[in-house]
Amino acid sequence: MALTNETIRLRLQEKFTGEVTGFEEPFGLLTFSAPKDSNLKVLQFLYEDAELGFQFLTDLCAVHYPERRGEELAVVYHLHNLVENVRIRFKVYTNISQPDVFTASKLFESANWMERETYDFYGVNFVGHPNLKRILNVDEMEYFPLRKEFPLEDQTRIDKDDEMFGRGGTNGFGDRWDEEKLRTISEAEQNDSKEIL
Amino acid sequence: MSVVDQHHVMLPEGSIGKQTSTLNLGPTHPATHGVFQNILELDGERIVDAEQTVGYIHRAFEKLAERRPLYQITPLTDRLNYCSSPINNMGWHITCEKLLGIKTPKRVDYLRVIIMELARISDHLICSSVMGVDTGAFTGFLYVMQYRELIYEIYEEVCGSRLTTNIGRIGGFERNFNDIAFRKLEQFLDEYPKVLKEFENLFTRNRIFMERTMGIGGISAERALNYGFTGPNLRAAGVDYDVRVHSPYSSYEDFNFNVPVGSTGDCYDRFLVRNKEMWESLSIIRQAYQKVQEFKGEEAEVFHADVPEYYLPKKEDVYTKMEALIYHFKIIMGETDIPSGEVYSAVEGGNGELGFYLISDGGRTPYRLHFRRPCFIYYQAYTELVKDSMLSDAIIVMSSLNLIAGELDA
Repeated sequence: MALTNETIRLRLQEKFTGEVTGFEEPFGLLTFSAPKDSNLKVLQFLYEDAELGFQFLTDLCAVHYPERRGEELAVVYHLHNLVENVRIRFKVYTNISQPDVFTASKLFESANWMERETYDFYGVNFVGHPNLKRILNVDEMEYFPLRKEFPLEDQTRIDKDDEMFGRGGTNGFGDRWDEEKLRTISEAEQNDSKEIL
Repeated sequence: MSVVDQHHVMLPEGSIGKQTSTLNLGPTHPATHGVFQNILELDGERIVDAEQTVGYIHRAFEKLAERRPLYQITPLTDRLNYCSSPINNMGWHITCEKLLGIKTPKRVDYLRVIIMELARISDHLICSSVMGVDTGAFTGFLYVMQYRELIYEIYEEVCGSRLTTNIGRIGGFERNFNDIAFRKLEQFLDEYPKVLKEFENLFTRNRIFMERTMGIGGISAERALNYGFTGPNLRAAGVDYDVRVHSPYSSYEDFNFNVPVGSTGDCYDRFLVRNKEMWESLSIIRQAYQKVQEFKGEEAEVFHADVPEYYLPKKEDVYTKMEALIYHFKIIMGETDIPSGEVYSAVEGGNGELGFYLISDGGRTPYRLHFRRPCFIYYQAYTELVKDSMLSDAIIVMSSLNLIAGELDA
């Protein structure tokens, strides 16, 4: 019997009553989430169950949603059953103040570096990881650069008006300007130009 | 007693103190073919342990992409696996098209297949011939290099650039293929098989090459899957997973081709699988070219889908028609809102499954974009692959994995 999204959903609901939630199928890819404490249990069940057999970890990454209080960081696993050729997406949300998630590196060797990358960029602390240190960025870095609070452009620039082209408002981070600071800068500039005059 | 032990001089117990030495292989070592460092712990010439350091050319593409409209992200993907940029570009276009719900015409799909398979050949021929260089045979490398040049000339006719191609657009190609492109393609299809045959004659049954590569850097299918191997490296270990077959994109389901597999997953198998894949790619290109020639009349001129919101209008229209000018402006300034949604789309890159995980919140730029880079994922197996082998084998394992620093570091 072919493995369908419906079967996977039923099996998961049967095994983890009420724990695995948020079932969706964007573009036909079954997506669901679980509390962060049970991420390993779900992954192990998906891996070891004879019928499900999701034994290939395609991808692991994180997403930052600053507006969601208490679940700011999402860790996203893409799993693949190569025999039945079915993919699923599994999400675990964690708060940003204590982003502890159990490591999947005992189950998948491939998770080792992917978790290091996720830690490097989002600061997700993978509990039990054998070597959780930065991988792409320098070791001395003190912040997690892919979090949304780090804007791409230099915030002290005042010569560029992005609002004009509508790009300032994207993702709710458009009002990055510190109005107070901005006023001081422009006042200071005006004073400078007065002095020159 | 293992094979390695037989070659190793065994000193009487206690004659000298046990001592290992540390060797830094890289970051800028001529034999590593890229910027990454391997710290090897050596016992004599035997590798006891290894640790990789990556990130020397990290360029924060995922962060950059969060502030760029879709079409401006294509040049970023060029710089992932720069030996086969067109596959990355097409993979990105296909991801966008999936999110935007764009259906590309068949002719576009076939032209894309031609370009992607050319890119695969150029990727594999570099890898296979560099393996030759690392075992001491330079001739093969120079010999096939001429044909990479010809492939680059075809890219040049289609998009104007060679290495970092930025080829194609969302919905199709920026312009139709011209006659020179097709003539060069015919020349390639005519001449390359002979060259590839000659190249294989030089290596496949070459005693020195076989001794240097067989049984070196082997991995079992089970371990390879657990390490997240994909592409030729996984197929060399005996698993016939190919994204082109498992989840066809760009009308790959219309083509007949075999998926070559190896058995031991060692350097020699990886070499054989890549060579065999080049033959399959040639066959796919022939089929695709034939299908392209079958289009007649108006259909033979189609080179993009009709998506005015994302596909730039013709220049003469921009100068004469108001609507075209508006679209031109909106696209260039990145003014078009992307529908919100979450999409994962993968293509079979030169090194394996190249995935794009794109989250859009309905803004003008992606909310989050993650690249699944096959190189990054399988390079972590390097320690296991080289443990207990010789220092000179470490170099061959590295080149047989086809590690591309751009893809490792994104």
